[in-house]
Amino acid sequence: MAKVGAAPEEARRRGLFDALAGDTPVAYALVAPAFFLLLFLVAYPFVLSLWFSLSDARVGDTGTFVGLENFRRLLGSGIFLQTLQNSIVFTAAALSLKTVFGMALALLLFRIVRFKKIIRGAVLLPFIVPTALSTLVWWWMFEPLYSVVNWTLKSLHVVQRDIPWLPDPYLAMFTVVLVNTWRGLPFFAITILAGLVAIPREMYEAAECDGARAAGRFWYITVPLLKPVLAVVILFSAIFTLADFNIVYILTKGGPINMTHLFATYSFVLGLQSGQIGQGAAVSLFLFPILLVVVFFQLQMVRRATTYE
Amino acid sequence: MSSGRGFWPSVRPAFTLYLPVTPFVFFALFPLYFMLVTSLKKNAELYDVNAAPFLIRKGVTFGHYALLSTDTLFWTWFVNSLLVSVGATVISVVIGVLAAYPLARLRFPGATSFGVAIFITYLVPPSLLFLPLASVVNRLGLSDSLWALVVTYPTFLVPFCTWLLMGYFRTVPKEIEECAMLDGCNRVQTLWRILLPVAVPGVICAGLFAFTLSWNEFLYALVFVSPAELKTMTVGVFSELIRGDIYYWGGLMAGACIGSLPIVIAYVFFLDYYVTGLTAGAVK
Repeated sequence: MAKVGAAPEEARRRGLFDALAGDTPVAYALVAPAFFLLLFLVAYPFVLSLWFSLSDARVGDTGTFVGLENFRRLLGSGIFLQTLQNSIVFTAAALSLKTVFGMALALLLFRIVRFKKIIRGAVLLPFIVPTALSTLVWWWMFEPLYSVVNWTLKSLHVVQRDIPWLPDPYLAMFTVVLVNTWRGLPFFAITILAGLVAIPREMYEAAECDGARAAGRFWYITVPLLKPVLAVVILFSAIFTLADFNIVYILTKGGPINMTHLFATYSFVLGLQSGQIGQGAAVSLFLFPILLVVVFFQLQMVRRATTYE
Repeated sequence: MSSGRGFWPSVRPAFTLYLPVTPFVFFALFPLYFMLVTSLKKNAELYDVNAAPFLIRKGVTFGHYALLSTDTLFWTWFVNSLLVSVGATVISVVIGVLAAYPLARLRFPGATSFGVAIFITYLVPPSLLFLPLASVVNRLGLSDSLWALVVTYPTFLVPFCTWLLMGYFRTVPKEIEECAMLDGCNRVQTLWRILLPVAVPGVICAGLFAFTLSWNEFLYALVFVSPAELKTMTVGVFSELIRGDIYYWGGLMAGACIGSLPIVIAYVFFLDYYVTGLTAGAVK
């Protein structure tokens, strides 16, 4: 493009151009390891997953093309439709609980001054302890014979007999939602707290001068200014709640009678335990449209944030 | 001034803040407390239906921990987890630093698209890709070895580290770098000598999070590695300590306690970094 000694303005721009031209190879060299990692271990597996879902692949057999047969069979299968319903119930319930209580906790943490660090540290702990291990203690807490929850409820005479937490389909769903909320709540609380801290104090002072009460300040200042952070947290958590594997696999294995199966656990059962990789891949691909929706909204928000800057 | 007016504001926080936050703290901590109590309780008391489950009345025992060390491969899993986590963390932080710098600082064709690609992979949950990845790992001849995990964990660690470090690098003033470049440093030298020392907190944060995510990982470790002696902590405790219908809850909880300990220790020392990493992931 820019020949040396061409037009005078081009010569003037040469410094800049050289800098850019010199940087591009460096940039590519630095980005290359990440690029190839994502190409071979994320993009390629994704394409492979698409192929699997359109084939009758089994363990140790690449399979042949069968078109949309896997998806057709899934949509006609009672277990899959149940899984679909479970996923919606699980995600909606866990997200609502985490949003409401995360907001409440964030508002409390925001105003706490004494013992601030200890309380924040304690409340955050469930998020960093390995889920696979902490879910084991929840399992023990809801164990049929020795459940500490049942012991307490019986001692307080709330119930007379043991509650079958995990053997009952509806209570099992309640339990997995509870454990997911326990683990995810800190993320909501801490992120919303960061959003609260970012709201300029002057806004509240001005509102107070104008005579706004606490409830008014909350609805007309806190909530609108918190909306972007809330949206990001909810979208972000939506993917990882929907894609949850650990909690359900450890607590219920998808049972009783498939009433707590999510896409991840059902795809695990189909793809690995019964070896129908094609079907399993098709199930896990149901996570993809939701991923796309979330990516779309997140990117829009990032773009809006940068234009405001 | 009446003394009542001075008294109420001083006790008010106890009712409006500390009282309402108590159930949250209890909810967060009780399962972890119960994990510890169970692991220290003698079997006779553990399986006594009438004994209060919250307390240890008949003496503390370390028997479950001893049994874990002598009768199971527990410490092998512990070492496996350590090896995999350190390996995956080092690889991911290095790749993350290298990729974050040009994305944050340099203009090059494709920069925006690659940034978006990193962001998308950051949002891809492991349960979306574990089936095809198992087949890739198999074809690379890595299944049933710890390498399978060292190689695959960076798929979710690198996007996280890159995203976090991009944010950090952007906060460093460009002027420092320009000075270094006027003094004759090239891009790589400025990254190594100027930017990295300033961004140490970001690198620590990325490392801590990468280590925590690797240590806690369950699905890939469950799928890619099956021999008992090659399992990681999370999978070993779950799949090898539960045999049939007999649960050794004392031993299981002892395993869960030690398995959580390294992360809890790191957390206590680096709490502020964890808070930064947690919020940077979603807010930036």
